[in-house]
Amino acid sequence: MTAQLLAFYLFSGVILISSLMVISTKNPVHSVLFLILSFLNAAGLFVILHAEFLAMILIIVYVGAVAVLFLFVVMMLDFKTSINKDNILQYIPIGILIGVVFIAELIIVLINTKFDLSNIQVLPNPLSDFTGKTNTEAIGSVLYTDYILYFQLSGVILLVAMIGSIVLTLREREGVKRQVVSEQLQRQGKINLVDVKSGKGVDI
Amino acid sequence: MVNLAQTYFIEVMTIILYCLLIFVPLLLGVVMALYADRKIWAAVQKRRGPNVVGPYGLFQVPADGLKFIFKEIILPDGSDKTVFLIAPIITLALSIAAWAVVPVQAGLVLANINVGILYIFAISSLGVYGILMAGWSSNSKYPFFGALRSAAQMVSYEVSIGFVIITVLLCVGSLNLTEIVMAQNTMWFFIPLFPMFIVFFISALAETNRPPFDLPEAESELVAGYQTEYSGMPFVLFMFGEYINILLMCAMTTILFLGGWLPPIDIYPLNAIPGFVWFLLKVTFVFYLFAMVKAFVPRYRYDQLMRLGWKVFLPLSLFAVVATSSILFFFNIAPGM
Repeated sequence: MTAQLLAFYLFSGVILISSLMVISTKNPVHSVLFLILSFLNAAGLFVILHAEFLAMILIIVYVGAVAVLFLFVVMMLDFKTSINKDNILQYIPIGILIGVVFIAELIIVLINTKFDLSNIQVLPNPLSDFTGKTNTEAIGSVLYTDYILYFQLSGVILLVAMIGSIVLTLREREGVKRQVVSEQLQRQGKINLVDVKSGKGVDI
Repeated sequence: MVNLAQTYFIEVMTIILYCLLIFVPLLLGVVMALYADRKIWAAVQKRRGPNVVGPYGLFQVPADGLKFIFKEIILPDGSDKTVFLIAPIITLALSIAAWAVVPVQAGLVLANINVGILYIFAISSLGVYGILMAGWSSNSKYPFFGALRSAAQMVSYEVSIGFVIITVLLCVGSLNLTEIVMAQNTMWFFIPLFPMFIVFFISALAETNRPPFDLPEAESELVAGYQTEYSGMPFVLFMFGEYINILLMCAMTTILFLGGWLPPIDIYPLNAIPGFVWFLLKVTFVFYLFAMVKAFVPRYRYDQLMRLGWKVFLPLSLFAVVATSSILFFFNIAPGM
Protein backbone atom coordinates (compact mmCIF):
# COMPACT_ATOMS: atom_id res chain seq x y z
CA MET A 1 0.00 0.00 0.00
CA THR A 2 2.78 2.39 0.94
CA ALA A 3 4.61 1.63 -2.28
CA GLN A 4 1.44 2.31 -4.24
CA LEU A 5 0.93 5.60 -2.44
CA LEU A 6 4.54 6.57 -3.11
CA ALA A 7 4.13 5.69 -6.79
CA PHE A 8 0.93 7.75 -6.94
CA TYR A 9 2.60 10.83 -5.47
CA LEU A 10 5.61 10.34 -7.74
CA PHE A 11 3.52 10.08 -10.91
CA SER A 12 1.12 12.89 -10.06
CA GLY A 13 3.93 15.12 -8.84
CA VAL A 14 5.82 14.65 -12.09
CA ILE A 15 2.60 15.31 -14.04
CA LEU A 16 2.02 18.59 -12.22
CA ILE A 17 5.59 19.79 -12.57
CA SER A 18 5.92 18.80 -16.22
CA SER A 19 2.54 20.35 -17.11
CA LEU A 20 3.76 23.57 -15.53
CA MET A 21 6.96 23.31 -17.52
CA VAL A 22 4.94 22.83 -20.74
CA ILE A 23 3.58 26.34 -20.48
CA SER A 24 6.58 28.00 -18.86
CA THR A 25 9.56 26.88 -20.95
CA LYS A 26 10.52 29.20 -23.76
CA ASN A 27 11.63 26.49 -26.17
CA PRO A 28 8.62 24.89 -27.94
CA VAL A 29 10.48 21.60 -28.40
CA HIS A 30 11.11 21.39 -24.66
CA SER A 31 7.40 22.07 -24.11
CA VAL A 32 6.45 19.11 -26.29
CA LEU A 33 8.98 16.89 -24.52
CA PHE A 34 7.51 17.86 -21.12
CA LEU A 35 4.03 17.19 -22.52
CA ILE A 36 5.18 13.69 -23.46
CA LEU A 37 6.60 13.21 -19.96
CA SER A 38 3.24 14.11 -18.43
CA PHE A 39 1.44 11.68 -20.82
CA LEU A 40 3.79 8.92 -19.71
CA ASN A 41 3.12 9.60 -16.05
CA ALA A 42 -0.63 9.67 -16.69
CA ALA A 43 -0.19 6.17 -18.12
CA GLY A 44 1.57 5.29 -14.86
CA LEU A 45 -1.49 6.47 -12.91
CA PHE A 46 -3.67 4.20 -15.08
CA VAL A 47 -1.42 1.27 -14.19
CA ILE A 48 -1.87 2.02 -10.48
CA LEU A 49 -5.65 1.90 -11.08
CA HIS A 50 -5.19 -1.58 -12.64
CA ALA A 51 -6.30 -0.20 -16.01
CA GLU A 52 -3.23 -1.49 -17.81
CA PHE A 53 -4.97 -1.70 -21.19
CA LEU A 54 -5.86 2.00 -21.11
CA ALA A 55 -2.32 2.83 -19.99
CA MET A 56 -0.79 1.02 -22.94
CA ILE A 57 -3.27 2.50 -25.43
CA LEU A 58 -2.52 5.96 -24.03
CA ILE A 59 1.17 5.43 -24.65
CA ILE A 60 0.72 3.88 -28.10
CA VAL A 61 -1.77 6.44 -29.41
CA TYR A 62 -0.79 9.70 -27.75
CA VAL A 63 2.90 9.29 -27.06
CA GLY A 64 3.80 6.91 -29.89
CA ALA A 65 1.84 8.56 -32.69
CA VAL A 66 0.19 11.91 -31.94
CA ALA A 67 3.06 13.47 -29.99
CA VAL A 68 5.62 12.23 -32.51
CA LEU A 69 3.87 14.10 -35.31
CA PHE A 70 3.44 17.09 -33.02
CA LEU A 71 7.15 17.11 -32.19
CA PHE A 72 7.87 16.58 -35.87
CA VAL A 73 6.07 19.81 -36.76
CA VAL A 74 7.38 21.85 -33.84
CA MET A 75 10.98 20.81 -34.55
CA MET A 76 10.75 22.39 -37.99
CA LEU A 77 9.56 25.76 -36.68
CA ASP A 78 12.05 28.55 -36.57
CA PHE A 79 11.28 29.29 -32.92
CA LYS A 80 14.31 31.51 -32.25
CA THR A 81 12.63 34.44 -33.95
CA SER A 82 9.01 33.64 -33.15
CA ILE A 83 9.17 34.38 -29.41
CA ASN A 84 8.93 38.00 -28.45
CA LYS A 85 8.95 38.74 -24.74
CA ASP A 86 7.23 42.11 -25.07
CA ASN A 87 3.83 40.91 -26.20
CA ILE A 88 3.50 38.10 -23.65
CA LEU A 89 1.92 40.59 -21.23
CA GLN A 90 -0.84 41.48 -23.68
CA TYR A 91 -2.45 38.06 -23.22
CA ILE A 92 -2.83 38.45 -19.45
CA PRO A 93 -6.29 40.15 -19.46
CA ILE A 94 -7.88 37.51 -21.70
CA GLY A 95 -6.18 34.77 -19.66
CA ILE A 96 -7.65 36.16 -16.44
CA LEU A 97 -11.06 36.44 -18.11
CA ILE A 98 -11.05 32.78 -19.18
CA GLY A 99 -9.83 31.70 -15.75
CA VAL A 100 -12.56 33.66 -13.95
CA VAL A 101 -15.28 32.24 -16.22
CA PHE A 102 -13.97 28.73 -15.68
CA ILE A 103 -13.83 29.05 -11.88
CA ALA A 104 -17.29 30.66 -11.79
CA GLU A 105 -18.74 27.75 -13.77
CA LEU A 106 -17.09 25.24 -11.46
CA ILE A 107 -18.47 27.01 -8.37
CA ILE A 108 -21.99 27.16 -9.83
CA VAL A 109 -21.89 23.46 -10.69
CA LEU A 110 -20.52 22.49 -7.27
CA ILE A 111 -23.09 24.57 -5.33
CA ASN A 112 -26.07 23.21 -7.23
CA THR A 113 -25.01 19.58 -7.09
CA LYS A 114 -25.88 17.28 -4.28
CA PHE A 115 -23.49 14.38 -4.13
CA ASP A 116 -25.98 11.67 -3.30
CA LEU A 117 -24.44 8.47 -4.52
CA SER A 118 -27.35 6.24 -3.43
CA ASN A 119 -29.72 6.95 -6.32
CA ILE A 120 -27.56 7.50 -9.36
CA GLN A 121 -29.24 6.11 -12.46
CA VAL A 122 -27.49 7.52 -15.47
CA LEU A 123 -26.33 4.37 -17.25
CA PRO A 124 -28.49 3.37 -20.23
CA ASN A 125 -28.09 -0.25 -19.21
CA PRO A 126 -26.35 -1.76 -16.22
CA LEU A 127 -22.82 -2.95 -16.82
CA SER A 128 -22.33 -6.66 -17.06
CA ASP A 129 -20.40 -8.66 -14.51
CA PHE A 130 -16.67 -8.24 -15.03
CA THR A 131 -15.36 -10.55 -12.32
CA GLY A 132 -12.65 -12.86 -13.56
CA LYS A 133 -12.04 -10.90 -16.74
CA THR A 134 -8.90 -8.98 -17.63
CA ASN A 135 -9.67 -5.36 -18.33
CA THR A 136 -8.96 -5.83 -22.03
CA GLU A 137 -11.77 -8.41 -22.17
CA ALA A 138 -14.01 -6.20 -20.05
CA ILE A 139 -13.61 -3.18 -22.34
CA GLY A 140 -14.06 -5.35 -25.42
CA SER A 141 -17.22 -6.95 -24.09
CA VAL A 142 -19.03 -3.61 -23.70
CA LEU A 143 -17.37 -1.56 -26.44
CA TYR A 144 -18.50 -3.85 -29.26
CA THR A 145 -21.95 -4.66 -27.86
CA ASP A 146 -23.59 -1.94 -25.76
CA TYR A 147 -21.62 0.96 -27.18
CA ILE A 148 -21.23 -0.21 -30.79
CA LEU A 149 -23.14 2.82 -32.13
CA TYR A 150 -20.83 5.34 -30.45
CA PHE A 151 -17.80 3.30 -31.45
CA GLN A 152 -18.82 3.21 -35.11
CA LEU A 153 -19.85 6.88 -35.10
CA SER A 154 -16.46 7.97 -33.77
CA GLY A 155 -14.83 5.76 -36.40
CA VAL A 156 -16.85 7.46 -39.15
CA ILE A 157 -15.98 10.91 -37.80
CA LEU A 158 -12.28 10.04 -37.82
CA LEU A 159 -12.57 8.65 -41.35
CA VAL A 160 -14.27 11.82 -42.57
CA ALA A 161 -11.58 13.95 -40.92
CA MET A 162 -8.86 11.84 -42.51
CA ILE A 163 -10.33 11.96 -46.01
CA GLY A 164 -11.03 15.68 -45.61
CA SER A 165 -7.46 16.51 -44.69
CA ILE A 166 -6.13 14.40 -47.56
CA VAL A 167 -8.44 16.11 -50.05
CA LEU A 168 -7.49 19.56 -48.74
CA THR A 169 -3.75 19.01 -49.00
CA LEU A 170 -3.60 16.88 -52.14
CA ARG A 171 -2.32 18.71 -55.18
CA GLU A 172 -1.52 17.34 -58.61
CA ARG A 173 1.90 18.36 -59.80
CA GLU A 174 2.50 18.46 -63.52
CA GLY A 175 5.64 17.28 -65.23
CA VAL A 176 6.72 14.91 -62.50
CA LYS A 177 8.04 11.51 -63.50
CA ARG A 178 6.62 8.91 -61.17
CA GLN A 179 7.89 5.42 -60.65
CA VAL A 180 5.27 2.80 -61.46
CA VAL A 181 6.68 -0.38 -60.04
CA SER A 182 4.23 -2.78 -61.67
CA GLU A 183 5.02 -1.39 -65.15
CA GLN A 184 8.73 -1.64 -64.46
CA LEU A 185 8.42 -5.25 -63.47
CA GLN A 186 6.27 -6.15 -66.46
CA ARG A 187 8.40 -4.66 -69.22
CA GLN A 188 9.94 -7.19 -71.57
CA GLY A 189 12.45 -6.96 -74.38
CA LYS A 190 14.49 -4.03 -73.11
CA ILE A 191 15.76 -5.77 -70.00
CA ASN A 192 15.93 -9.52 -69.77
CA LEU A 193 17.26 -11.88 -67.18
CA VAL A 194 19.91 -14.04 -68.88
CA ASP A 195 21.49 -17.14 -67.48
CA VAL A 196 25.17 -16.74 -68.39
CA LYS A 197 27.09 -19.99 -68.82
CA SER A 198 30.46 -19.88 -67.10
CA GLY A 199 33.39 -19.49 -69.52
CA LYS A 200 31.21 -19.10 -72.63
CA GLY A 201 29.54 -15.72 -72.21
CA VAL A 202 26.59 -14.40 -74.21
CA ASP A 203 26.12 -12.41 -77.39
CA ILE A 204 25.12 -8.80 -76.90
CA MET B 1 10.05 1.52 10.95
CA VAL B 2 13.21 -0.58 10.95
CA ASN B 3 11.18 -3.59 9.90
CA LEU B 4 9.60 -1.65 7.06
CA ALA B 5 12.99 -0.47 5.85
CA GLN B 6 14.29 -4.02 5.99
CA THR B 7 11.45 -5.45 3.89
CA TYR B 8 11.77 -2.65 1.37
CA PHE B 9 15.53 -3.04 1.30
CA ILE B 10 15.18 -6.71 0.38
CA GLU B 11 12.53 -5.86 -2.22
CA VAL B 12 14.67 -3.18 -3.83
CA MET B 13 17.67 -5.52 -3.83
CA THR B 14 15.66 -8.25 -5.58
CA ILE B 15 14.48 -5.75 -8.17
CA ILE B 16 18.07 -4.67 -8.81
CA LEU B 17 19.08 -8.33 -9.07
CA TYR B 18 16.31 -8.95 -11.63
CA CYS B 19 17.44 -5.93 -13.63
CA LEU B 20 20.96 -7.35 -13.71
CA LEU B 21 19.51 -10.72 -14.77
CA ILE B 22 18.14 -9.01 -17.87
CA PHE B 23 20.97 -6.58 -18.47
CA VAL B 24 24.01 -8.86 -18.28
CA PRO B 25 22.77 -11.54 -20.74
CA LEU B 26 21.56 -8.76 -23.05
CA LEU B 27 24.97 -7.11 -22.98
CA LEU B 28 26.61 -10.43 -23.84
CA GLY B 29 23.98 -10.97 -26.53
CA VAL B 30 24.71 -7.58 -28.09
CA VAL B 31 28.46 -8.28 -28.10
CA MET B 32 27.88 -11.63 -29.79
CA ALA B 33 25.38 -10.09 -32.23
CA LEU B 34 27.82 -7.36 -33.29
CA TYR B 35 30.53 -9.98 -33.78
CA ALA B 36 28.18 -12.31 -35.70
CA ASP B 37 26.99 -9.41 -37.86
CA ARG B 38 30.53 -8.50 -38.91
CA LYS B 39 31.55 -12.13 -39.47
CA ILE B 40 28.47 -12.83 -41.62
CA TRP B 41 28.98 -9.75 -43.82
CA ALA B 42 32.64 -10.66 -44.13
CA ALA B 43 31.78 -14.20 -45.21
CA VAL B 44 29.27 -12.93 -47.78
CA GLN B 45 31.89 -10.58 -49.24
CA LYS B 46 34.67 -13.22 -49.08
CA ARG B 47 36.59 -11.32 -46.41
CA ARG B 48 37.86 -12.61 -43.09
CA GLY B 49 36.20 -10.14 -40.76
CA PRO B 50 37.57 -9.47 -37.27
CA ASN B 51 40.25 -12.11 -36.60
CA VAL B 52 43.10 -10.40 -34.75
CA VAL B 53 41.94 -9.56 -31.21
CA GLY B 54 41.53 -12.76 -29.20
CA PRO B 55 40.70 -16.23 -30.56
CA TYR B 56 38.85 -15.88 -33.91
CA GLY B 57 38.64 -12.14 -33.24
CA LEU B 58 36.10 -12.71 -30.47
CA PHE B 59 37.42 -9.83 -28.34
CA GLN B 60 37.13 -7.29 -31.14
CA VAL B 61 33.79 -5.91 -29.93
CA PRO B 62 34.81 -5.50 -26.25
CA ALA B 63 38.02 -3.84 -27.49
CA ASP B 64 36.00 -1.40 -29.61
CA GLY B 65 33.75 -0.73 -26.62
CA LEU B 66 36.72 0.03 -24.37
CA LYS B 67 38.11 2.37 -27.00
CA PHE B 68 34.84 4.29 -27.11
CA ILE B 69 34.65 4.52 -23.31
CA PHE B 70 38.05 6.21 -23.13
CA LYS B 71 37.28 8.66 -25.95
CA GLU B 72 36.35 12.22 -25.20
CA ILE B 73 32.66 13.10 -25.25
CA ILE B 74 32.35 16.03 -27.63
CA LEU B 75 29.40 18.36 -27.07
CA PRO B 76 28.85 20.36 -30.25
CA ASP B 77 28.76 24.13 -29.87
CA GLY B 78 25.21 25.40 -30.16
CA SER B 79 23.67 22.05 -29.35
CA ASP B 80 20.97 21.65 -26.73
CA LYS B 81 23.24 19.88 -24.26
CA THR B 82 20.67 18.39 -21.89
CA VAL B 83 18.55 16.91 -24.64
CA PHE B 84 21.72 15.87 -26.48
CA LEU B 85 22.84 13.73 -23.53
CA ILE B 86 19.38 12.46 -22.56
CA ALA B 87 18.67 11.10 -26.06
CA PRO B 88 21.09 8.12 -26.00
CA ILE B 89 20.12 7.30 -22.41
CA ILE B 90 16.43 7.16 -23.43
CA THR B 91 17.23 4.94 -26.41
CA LEU B 92 19.15 2.43 -24.31
CA ALA B 93 16.77 2.48 -21.32
CA LEU B 94 13.69 1.92 -23.49
CA SER B 95 15.26 -0.89 -25.46
CA ILE B 96 16.20 -2.70 -22.23
CA ALA B 97 12.83 -2.00 -20.57
CA ALA B 98 10.98 -3.83 -23.33
CA TRP B 99 12.82 -7.05 -22.44
CA ALA B 100 11.15 -7.20 -19.02
CA VAL B 101 8.12 -9.02 -20.46
CA VAL B 102 9.86 -11.34 -22.95
CA PRO B 103 9.40 -14.97 -21.87
CA VAL B 104 12.41 -17.15 -22.70
CA GLN B 105 10.85 -20.32 -21.30
CA ALA B 106 7.56 -21.35 -19.68
CA GLY B 107 7.53 -19.37 -16.41
CA LEU B 108 10.96 -17.85 -17.04
CA VAL B 109 9.87 -14.23 -17.45
CA LEU B 110 10.47 -11.18 -15.31
CA ALA B 111 6.99 -9.62 -15.55
CA ASN B 112 4.22 -11.89 -16.84
CA ILE B 113 1.73 -9.06 -17.44
CA ASN B 114 -1.64 -9.44 -19.17
CA VAL B 115 -0.92 -6.83 -21.82
CA GLY B 116 2.61 -8.00 -22.61
CA ILE B 117 2.41 -7.56 -26.37
CA LEU B 118 0.89 -4.08 -26.03
CA TYR B 119 3.65 -3.17 -23.57
CA ILE B 120 6.34 -4.14 -26.07
CA PHE B 121 4.50 -2.29 -28.84
CA ALA B 122 4.20 0.82 -26.65
CA ILE B 123 7.83 0.79 -25.56
CA SER B 124 9.13 0.25 -29.08
CA SER B 125 6.95 3.09 -30.34
CA LEU B 126 8.68 5.34 -27.79
CA GLY B 127 12.06 4.44 -29.28
CA VAL B 128 11.61 7.09 -31.95
CA TYR B 129 12.03 9.84 -29.34
CA GLY B 130 15.67 8.99 -28.73
CA ILE B 131 16.35 9.47 -32.43
CA LEU B 132 14.23 12.60 -32.79
CA MET B 133 15.81 14.24 -29.74
CA ALA B 134 19.31 13.33 -30.91
CA GLY B 135 18.70 14.73 -34.37
CA TRP B 136 17.14 17.95 -33.19
CA SER B 137 19.52 18.71 -30.31
CA SER B 138 22.66 18.23 -32.43
CA ASN B 139 21.84 21.54 -34.15
CA SER B 140 23.25 20.29 -37.41
CA LYS B 141 21.79 19.55 -40.82
CA TYR B 142 22.58 15.88 -41.37
CA PRO B 143 21.41 14.62 -37.95
CA PHE B 144 18.22 16.64 -38.36
CA PHE B 145 17.41 15.09 -41.74
CA GLY B 146 18.28 11.67 -40.35
CA ALA B 147 15.90 12.18 -37.43
CA LEU B 148 13.06 13.41 -39.67
CA ARG B 149 13.45 10.43 -41.99
CA SER B 150 13.64 8.06 -39.09
CA ALA B 151 10.54 9.42 -37.36
CA ALA B 152 8.44 9.18 -40.53
CA GLN B 153 9.76 5.70 -41.26
CA MET B 154 9.19 4.27 -37.80
CA VAL B 155 5.69 5.72 -37.49
CA SER B 156 4.73 4.32 -40.92
CA TYR B 157 5.94 0.80 -40.29
CA GLU B 158 4.51 0.67 -36.77
CA VAL B 159 1.05 0.77 -38.35
CA SER B 160 1.56 -2.44 -40.30
CA ILE B 161 3.33 -4.09 -37.36
CA GLY B 162 0.26 -3.27 -35.28
CA PHE B 163 -2.08 -4.95 -37.77
CA VAL B 164 0.17 -8.02 -38.02
CA ILE B 165 0.13 -8.31 -34.23
CA ILE B 166 -3.68 -8.10 -34.33
CA THR B 167 -3.90 -11.04 -36.77
CA VAL B 168 -1.77 -13.09 -34.39
CA LEU B 169 -3.86 -12.01 -31.40
CA LEU B 170 -7.03 -13.09 -33.22
CA CYS B 171 -5.63 -16.62 -33.34
CA VAL B 172 -4.59 -16.54 -29.67
CA GLY B 173 -7.31 -14.69 -27.78
CA SER B 174 -4.91 -13.15 -25.28
CA LEU B 175 -2.38 -10.34 -25.07
CA ASN B 176 -0.12 -12.32 -22.76
CA LEU B 177 3.15 -13.34 -24.43
CA THR B 178 3.32 -16.69 -22.62
CA GLU B 179 -0.18 -17.56 -23.82
CA ILE B 180 0.74 -16.50 -27.36
CA VAL B 181 3.54 -19.07 -27.30
CA MET B 182 1.38 -21.77 -25.71
CA ALA B 183 -1.28 -21.26 -28.42
CA GLN B 184 1.32 -22.43 -30.96
CA ASN B 185 1.57 -25.85 -29.35
CA THR B 186 -0.10 -27.56 -32.29
CA MET B 187 1.17 -25.38 -35.11
CA TRP B 188 3.59 -22.48 -35.26
CA PHE B 189 1.84 -19.38 -36.56
CA PHE B 190 4.23 -18.81 -39.46
CA ILE B 191 2.52 -21.68 -41.32
CA PRO B 192 -1.11 -20.41 -41.33
CA LEU B 193 -0.06 -16.73 -41.29
CA PHE B 194 2.87 -16.98 -43.68
CA PRO B 195 2.23 -13.67 -45.56
CA MET B 196 1.99 -11.85 -42.23
CA PHE B 197 5.26 -13.43 -41.14
CA ILE B 198 6.95 -11.90 -44.18
CA VAL B 199 5.29 -8.50 -43.60
CA PHE B 200 6.35 -8.58 -39.95
CA PHE B 201 9.93 -9.52 -40.81
CA ILE B 202 10.31 -6.70 -43.34
CA SER B 203 8.58 -4.19 -41.05
CA ALA B 204 10.92 -5.25 -38.24
CA LEU B 205 13.86 -4.42 -40.50
CA ALA B 206 12.36 -0.98 -41.14
CA GLU B 207 11.47 -0.43 -37.49
CA THR B 208 15.02 -1.10 -36.34
CA ASN B 209 16.55 1.00 -39.15
CA ARG B 210 18.37 -2.00 -40.55
CA PRO B 211 19.36 -2.20 -44.20
CA PRO B 212 17.72 -2.06 -46.72
CA PHE B 213 15.83 0.57 -44.71
CA ASP B 214 18.79 2.29 -43.01
CA LEU B 215 17.94 5.68 -44.53
CA PRO B 216 18.18 7.53 -41.18
CA GLU B 217 21.90 6.79 -41.13
CA ALA B 218 22.54 6.42 -44.84
CA GLU B 219 26.28 7.05 -44.84
CA SER B 220 26.47 8.00 -48.51
CA GLU B 221 23.93 10.80 -48.05
CA LEU B 222 23.80 11.83 -44.40
CA VAL B 223 27.26 10.95 -42.97
CA ALA B 224 25.79 8.91 -40.11
CA GLY B 225 22.32 10.41 -39.75
CA TYR B 226 21.23 11.24 -36.23
CA GLN B 227 24.46 9.82 -34.75
CA THR B 228 26.76 12.18 -36.66
CA GLU B 229 27.61 14.47 -33.74
CA TYR B 230 27.93 11.71 -31.15
CA SER B 231 31.21 10.39 -29.87
CA GLY B 232 32.53 8.26 -27.05
CA MET B 233 30.09 6.86 -24.50
CA PRO B 234 26.84 8.39 -25.87
CA PHE B 235 27.60 6.81 -29.23
CA VAL B 236 28.08 3.43 -27.53
CA LEU B 237 24.72 3.84 -25.82
CA PHE B 238 23.06 4.44 -29.22
CA MET B 239 24.84 1.45 -30.71
CA PHE B 240 23.79 -0.81 -27.83
CA GLY B 241 20.23 0.48 -27.88
CA GLU B 242 20.01 -0.20 -31.59
CA TYR B 243 21.32 -3.75 -31.28
CA ILE B 244 19.14 -4.54 -28.25
CA ASN B 245 16.16 -3.36 -30.33
CA ILE B 246 17.23 -5.64 -33.16
CA LEU B 247 17.46 -8.58 -30.76
CA LEU B 248 14.06 -7.62 -29.37
CA MET B 249 12.55 -7.71 -32.85
CA CYS B 250 14.17 -11.13 -33.41
CA ALA B 251 12.65 -12.32 -30.13
CA MET B 252 9.26 -10.90 -31.13
CA THR B 253 9.37 -12.75 -34.46
CA THR B 254 10.24 -15.90 -32.52
CA ILE B 255 7.42 -15.46 -30.02
CA LEU B 256 4.74 -14.42 -32.50
CA PHE B 257 5.50 -16.78 -35.39
CA LEU B 258 8.15 -19.37 -34.56
CA GLY B 259 6.69 -20.88 -31.41
CA GLY B 260 8.90 -19.23 -28.78
CA TRP B 261 10.56 -21.87 -26.61
CA LEU B 262 8.57 -24.80 -28.07
CA PRO B 263 10.55 -27.56 -29.82
CA PRO B 264 9.73 -28.14 -33.53
CA ILE B 265 8.23 -31.57 -32.84
CA ASP B 266 7.11 -32.68 -29.40
CA ILE B 267 9.06 -35.98 -29.28
CA TYR B 268 11.61 -37.28 -26.81
CA PRO B 269 15.12 -36.06 -27.68
CA LEU B 270 13.82 -32.68 -28.83
CA ASN B 271 11.57 -31.85 -25.90
CA ALA B 272 14.24 -32.90 -23.40
CA ILE B 273 16.27 -29.84 -24.42
CA PRO B 274 15.37 -26.94 -22.11
CA GLY B 275 13.06 -24.32 -23.64
CA PHE B 276 15.43 -21.35 -23.45
CA VAL B 277 17.91 -23.21 -25.67
CA TRP B 278 15.24 -23.47 -28.38
CA PHE B 279 14.38 -19.82 -27.83
CA LEU B 280 18.03 -18.78 -28.22
CA LEU B 281 18.44 -20.95 -31.32
CA LYS B 282 15.40 -19.38 -32.97
CA VAL B 283 16.44 -15.84 -32.07
CA THR B 284 19.89 -16.57 -33.48
CA PHE B 285 18.33 -17.91 -36.67
CA VAL B 286 16.18 -14.78 -37.15
CA PHE B 287 19.22 -12.62 -36.43
CA TYR B 288 21.13 -14.57 -39.08
CA LEU B 289 18.37 -13.67 -41.56
CA PHE B 290 18.66 -10.00 -40.51
CA ALA B 291 22.42 -10.07 -41.09
CA MET B 292 22.08 -11.79 -44.46
CA VAL B 293 19.56 -9.18 -45.62
CA LYS B 294 22.03 -6.45 -44.62
CA ALA B 295 24.81 -8.20 -46.51
CA PHE B 296 23.20 -8.42 -49.91
CA VAL B 297 20.25 -6.07 -50.29
CA PRO B 298 20.84 -2.52 -51.60
CA ARG B 299 19.36 0.45 -49.79
CA TYR B 300 15.84 1.60 -50.66
CA ARG B 301 15.12 5.07 -51.96
CA TYR B 302 13.00 7.12 -49.58
CA ASP B 303 9.86 7.33 -51.74
CA GLN B 304 10.07 3.57 -52.38
CA LEU B 305 10.25 3.01 -48.64
CA MET B 306 7.13 5.09 -48.03
CA ARG B 307 5.32 3.40 -50.93
CA LEU B 308 6.10 -0.02 -49.51
CA GLY B 309 4.88 0.96 -46.04
CA TRP B 310 1.66 2.78 -46.89
CA LYS B 311 0.58 1.37 -50.26
CA VAL B 312 1.63 -2.26 -49.96
CA PHE B 313 1.94 -3.35 -46.35
CA LEU B 314 -0.90 -1.32 -44.86
CA PRO B 315 -3.64 -2.57 -47.26
CA LEU B 316 -2.20 -6.09 -47.14
CA SER B 317 -2.15 -6.31 -43.35
CA LEU B 318 -5.54 -4.60 -43.05
CA PHE B 319 -6.98 -7.17 -45.44
CA ALA B 320 -5.32 -9.93 -43.45
CA VAL B 321 -7.01 -8.74 -40.24
CA VAL B 322 -10.43 -8.87 -41.93
CA ALA B 323 -9.71 -12.21 -43.64
CA THR B 324 -8.35 -13.88 -40.50
CA SER B 325 -11.25 -12.77 -38.34
CA SER B 326 -13.80 -13.83 -41.00
CA ILE B 327 -12.23 -17.29 -41.34
CA LEU B 328 -12.05 -17.75 -37.57
CA PHE B 329 -15.67 -16.62 -37.22
CA PHE B 330 -17.25 -18.66 -40.03
CA PHE B 331 -15.45 -21.89 -39.19
CA ASN B 332 -16.20 -21.21 -35.54
CA ILE B 333 -12.61 -21.79 -34.44
CA ALA B 334 -11.95 -18.41 -32.83
CA PRO B 335 -10.48 -18.82 -29.35
CA GLY B 336 -12.83 -17.85 -26.56
CA MET B 337 -16.00 -18.27 -28.64
